[in-house]
Amino acid sequence: MSSAVTTTGSSSSGRFQKKEIRWWSSLMWPVAGLALLLLFNLIFTQGFFHVEVRDGRLYGVLIDILNHGSKVMLLALGMTLVIATGGVDLSVGAIMAIAGAVAAQLINKPGVSFPTVIAVSLAVAVAAGSWNGSLVGLLKIQPIVATLILMVAGRGIAQLITDGQIITFTDARLTYIGNGSLGGLPFPVLLSLGMLGVAALLTRKTAIGLFVESVGDNQTASTYAGIRAGRVKFLVYAFSGLCAGLAGLVAASNIKCADSNHAGLFLELDAILAVVIGGTSLTGGRFYLAGAIVGALFIQALTTTMYMRNVSADVAPVPKALAILIVCVLQSPVARGKIAAVFRRRTVQ
Amino acid sequence: MRISAKYIPLLATALVLLSLYAVGCISFTGFGSLRVVVDLFGDNSFLGIAAVGATFVILSGGIDLSVGSVIAFTSILIASLVGHGFSPFAAIGFALLAGTLFGVLMGFLISVFEMPPFLVTLAGMFLARGLGFMVNPQSLAITHPFFLERVANGLSIPLNDRVSIPFTATCYVIVFIIALVVAHYTRFGRAIYAMGGDQHSAALMGLPVGRTKIMIYTLSGFCSALAGVVYTFYTQSGDPAVCVGLELQAIAAVVIGGTLLSGGVGFMAGTAMGVLILGMIQNLINFKGDINSWWTPIIVGFLILVFILLQNAIVAASKRFGGRLSKTA
Repeated sequence: MSSAVTTTGSSSSGRFQKKEIRWWSSLMWPVAGLALLLLFNLIFTQGFFHVEVRDGRLYGVLIDILNHGSKVMLLALGMTLVIATGGVDLSVGAIMAIAGAVAAQLINKPGVSFPTVIAVSLAVAVAAGSWNGSLVGLLKIQPIVATLILMVAGRGIAQLITDGQIITFTDARLTYIGNGSLGGLPFPVLLSLGMLGVAALLTRKTAIGLFVESVGDNQTASTYAGIRAGRVKFLVYAFSGLCAGLAGLVAASNIKCADSNHAGLFLELDAILAVVIGGTSLTGGRFYLAGAIVGALFIQALTTTMYMRNVSADVAPVPKALAILIVCVLQSPVARGKIAAVFRRRTVQ
Repeated sequence: MRISAKYIPLLATALVLLSLYAVGCISFTGFGSLRVVVDLFGDNSFLGIAAVGATFVILSGGIDLSVGSVIAFTSILIASLVGHGFSPFAAIGFALLAGTLFGVLMGFLISVFEMPPFLVTLAGMFLARGLGFMVNPQSLAITHPFFLERVANGLSIPLNDRVSIPFTATCYVIVFIIALVVAHYTRFGRAIYAMGGDQHSAALMGLPVGRTKIMIYTLSGFCSALAGVVYTFYTQSGDPAVCVGLELQAIAAVVIGGTLLSGGVGFMAGTAMGVLILGMIQNLINFKGDINSWWTPIIVGFLILVFILLQNAIVAASKRFGGRLSKTA
């Protein structure tokens, strides 16, 4: 609690400067990683940077990375805020499956308008997120456990909705979400960037971001400061549900069907890793939305690189896991302290 | 009669297990037969052994998500080595060593670099899964007579002329008994409980927290590898794609068994009952026949919720009544 007191006690301008420095240093690692990966591809992978315009839309590996990375980008936005409160949301993959299942079932029903389909599927996703939020925020259950419930049960619920079938659809408006393009760029990319804008505005231009950080930093202190920690937590899980719902629509739309068993499978892990690579600490208190987006792109670029270098999709997790471990070890305070100590010794000598 | 609060979740677990068994016996003929009960242990043996490792990790306040992948990796490693002409014992020994070293590595990262266990074992999960596919990209049948004859028939214990206890079930029971002793009657076991209760207090008491942490993940890696060995006994094959999400089932078994996920409170026996409950739910659905498979995760999710709410109520009550029903009692 003492750290919170000193933080509020320090002068506002000094704190602002400190925050600026942190923002850069935390974004530096993921950007450096991504740059390194792109540099590797520039030298060793042919055609990686080739982008061309075909039928009024951009084509190329870089565009593919943006396009395929958009689901993890969307999830990572919600996950960033959840992790900033010191929590974690394991259920996003299952919520994706549920949202996709609802959308696919409704679009095939005659007389249901398209806006209703989107609204209902997103509402179901937000409801699922709110369920997590209630367990964590109101009943004070540990986040890993609380969201584990929906992670386990969610796929069952999605199968219940689709009656165990894979529901296909052909509606042009629904398939546009995952496959359409606007101004040359794929629609999912614009959707992710739009959500990034919304999340950044809400957290950095209103007090919500401060509330989220304070709850994650020290819940007791923020409660004494008059912040309703339970309500803040409820909101971030509901937002994570919304992001998962959008990602679920993109995923279903991509393949023009709702596959309850495989939609968003293991994407929660990618999303968590994207957030961590982006510099947000798993213990909560600080968050970097832009970092999470860079983290998501890093993971997708790594995956695409391996596909282009003919690494089998099954073996691909090995270099991915190693890269992630290295990034995380470098980011750990212990390793940073040791590196800093080495430099300090040199300057003294 | 007064019952200490720490036993209430354990009693609730036993009650659920007995009710499920009673419902099964009343609804279906043959549900309570010796063969079904024996098979319940045999079919869930590798989940049970994995859950033993998960219990140690969760009691210490950590989590291990690499369990399912390590089982798959071990199974394909054994199948591949035996296929290349190694003796089964050498293959099993090597696989156990590999799994244990994997645990050491994860424990080292968690302990020395103070990285969250959740994150390290998540990366470990990817790593082990990919390594399994590197060993052999497809499933591989084991045709060695040791697996086909000795383990499948020779080592099973006959109960009567029709039913015999499979070797996999024997393995599980032996592992469970050893784990019971380690958890409740050794210095290492008490250190785990102390760490789960409060890591700082444990360190202040002079317990070797860092070393214990590495040992816990080593033990979990060993249990996962052993579960992989038992998996090869059970299916007589190795498969790098198998047991996806088994870690969640193991965690579910631990939670349903009454262990607090924040660590410090729980019983090895509860986990065994949790494993049996999961197996029995599957049995009930199989016996019923007309229930769709997707009800399994929904029912399991619901059970996890019930047990968490129960534990929350107990912890809240213990706080209200002061230290009398202390959490780490």
